[in-house]
Amino acid sequence: MPDIGVEIPARTVVTAEHMLFDAPREQRYLIGNEAVAEAVKRANVDFVVVYPITPQSEVSHLCGDLWARGLIRDYYRGEDELHVMVSAMGAATGGVRVFTATSGPGTMRAMEAISCWPGYRLPLVCAFMGRGVGTPANIQPDSVEIAYLLETGMIIFHVENPQDFFDMTIAAYAIAEQPEVHVPVAVFADGFFVTHSREVVELPPESEVLARYDPAVAPVPAMDMETVPVRMARDCLVIKSNFISYNANASWQQEVWAAQHRARKHINRLMGGSVEVLHPDAEILLVASGSAAAQARVAMQEARRQGLDVGFVKIKVIRPFPEREVVEACKKAKHILIPEFNMNGWLAREVKSRVDNNSRIFAGPRVFAGMTMPPELILDEMHKLVGART
Amino acid sequence: MNFEASTDLRERANIRMSGLGGQGLVTAATLLGMAAVSEGRFSTVVPFFGAEKRLAPTESYVRIASERIHECGEVTYPDVIVVFHADVIVEDKCFTMPFYSGFRKGGWLVINSETPVVSDRDLARLEALEAHIVYVPAAQIARDVAGTELASNMAILGALAGATGVATLAGLEAALAQRFGAEKFIASGTTAVLDDVLRRKYSRTKELIDKNMASIRTAFDMTKSPER
Repeated sequence: MPDIGVEIPARTVVTAEHMLFDAPREQRYLIGNEAVAEAVKRANVDFVVVYPITPQSEVSHLCGDLWARGLIRDYYRGEDELHVMVSAMGAATGGVRVFTATSGPGTMRAMEAISCWPGYRLPLVCAFMGRGVGTPANIQPDSVEIAYLLETGMIIFHVENPQDFFDMTIAAYAIAEQPEVHVPVAVFADGFFVTHSREVVELPPESEVLARYDPAVAPVPAMDMETVPVRMARDCLVIKSNFISYNANASWQQEVWAAQHRARKHINRLMGGSVEVLHPDAEILLVASGSAAAQARVAMQEARRQGLDVGFVKIKVIRPFPEREVVEACKKAKHILIPEFNMNGWLAREVKSRVDNNSRIFAGPRVFAGMTMPPELILDEMHKLVGART
Repeated sequence: MNFEASTDLRERANIRMSGLGGQGLVTAATLLGMAAVSEGRFSTVVPFFGAEKRLAPTESYVRIASERIHECGEVTYPDVIVVFHADVIVEDKCFTMPFYSGFRKGGWLVINSETPVVSDRDLARLEALEAHIVYVPAAQIARDVAGTELASNMAILGALAGATGVATLAGLEAALAQRFGAEKFIASGTTAVLDDVLRRKYSRTKELIDKNMASIRTAFDMTKSPER
């Protein structure tokens, strides 16, 4: 730890359950970026490496501030996002708890490294602060970035607001580090709509932290001077062209997705399930994730005031996709709308491929490239749909 | 879609603030949100800008309500529009165009200008919308009362609160004390630098808060409607 003459406050080790459910909470008025930095502070993180990018920059600064106060053990700014994500991989392989964060083009640049994390069974947590990527370049909020992450093997949470950003980041560490899980978690927050939205966030005391990461219980050994890469290279599985190495690689891939499945019980325990369902017997159902869920929630409230029979499903966990819960929630609905903050409608595809009689699904409304989707627009679409079909 | 403005802005207010980068609009929006929260209400604040730079169009959105607010992003249907710089409407220096799109019927328009600047065409539209238009000479107030135009954003905030009642003077004072009094890291390089400029301008934090509060109070009294 750097000797910077700063008194490091004594901190009490608590469980994730205590921090999430039992600890007293203090109200603070924070933006999403500040909320996730508060989570990093309490997660007893060993190492943060970042490269600032809008709309993630504030958390980069704030993690540097945490390091200066001795609250994380090491920190530096990488040369670029590929450097950052490779460094994060190296540190996690060495058996320490890692946090990093990026956004849009940074994610694209670092995709080579990011796509390696799950296969190497690294339990690191990365906050993705979604912004548009390409088609054409865009600095504004958009959730299309998740579509690029869907098949990486990472667990993916999609937060609705700054409070979720805090809570789900704490849960992310507790879930990622389960020996039977041990894959990375992407905590995805829509840029600006969550990262820069200031609201009251309830925080447990900063004197309480999670226990330090214990590499001894990991399903793969940490690489250090005792277990050097040459003795335990996790990627030797692809080097030989023979059936055994193909088979080994294939089984490691399968094991990543099996690990995701085993994460479900921990998600249920620490996050109250993968979905939040309101009025499940309703005729019209709004199914959404992230900040689109916030807008859908408001649209549902207003629609119910107007006498429409509307329910709401927030999908908190995108990977492992909560197939059983979504199929169950959609059973009774006559009309299903899926509002999204991206052009491509990846969430609608996820739902459509699992729910029967999917002609019930209206894959929209969709607003993208930085524009806001007012709840009034969702309401308008509901009225059109009901008017046209009944 | 046409909507009526909220009849009680303390119960529910959707506010769009439009200005130019560097005017302290994001700070003013944050202070307004903090004031509402300190009064026991709910508030969310969302700034909106591109690659930020001085004098570029900037907006900030403040939602205030007596119950928890879930809605995020831009305020598409404002009850209140605040114009921080005349160029926003005179030179169309704004990303929300047409500027009055979504403005609710019976809403409030607060403009920082010493002279009327709304065009005749817009005036006809605003009359049809039964908008209440309030002008505040914010730079002049800030110069006279605080001794620096840097406090213009405070005068605008005071005028907004005075005219519409969205926040009380006590709430705004609490917000100022919290923002400038507490030694806290503020999560924006730009904002931190501006705070430092203000701090250097006033050697003591108390003087900084007092002068800013004086700007708020002067503009508040100027625009306060007699029935409140």
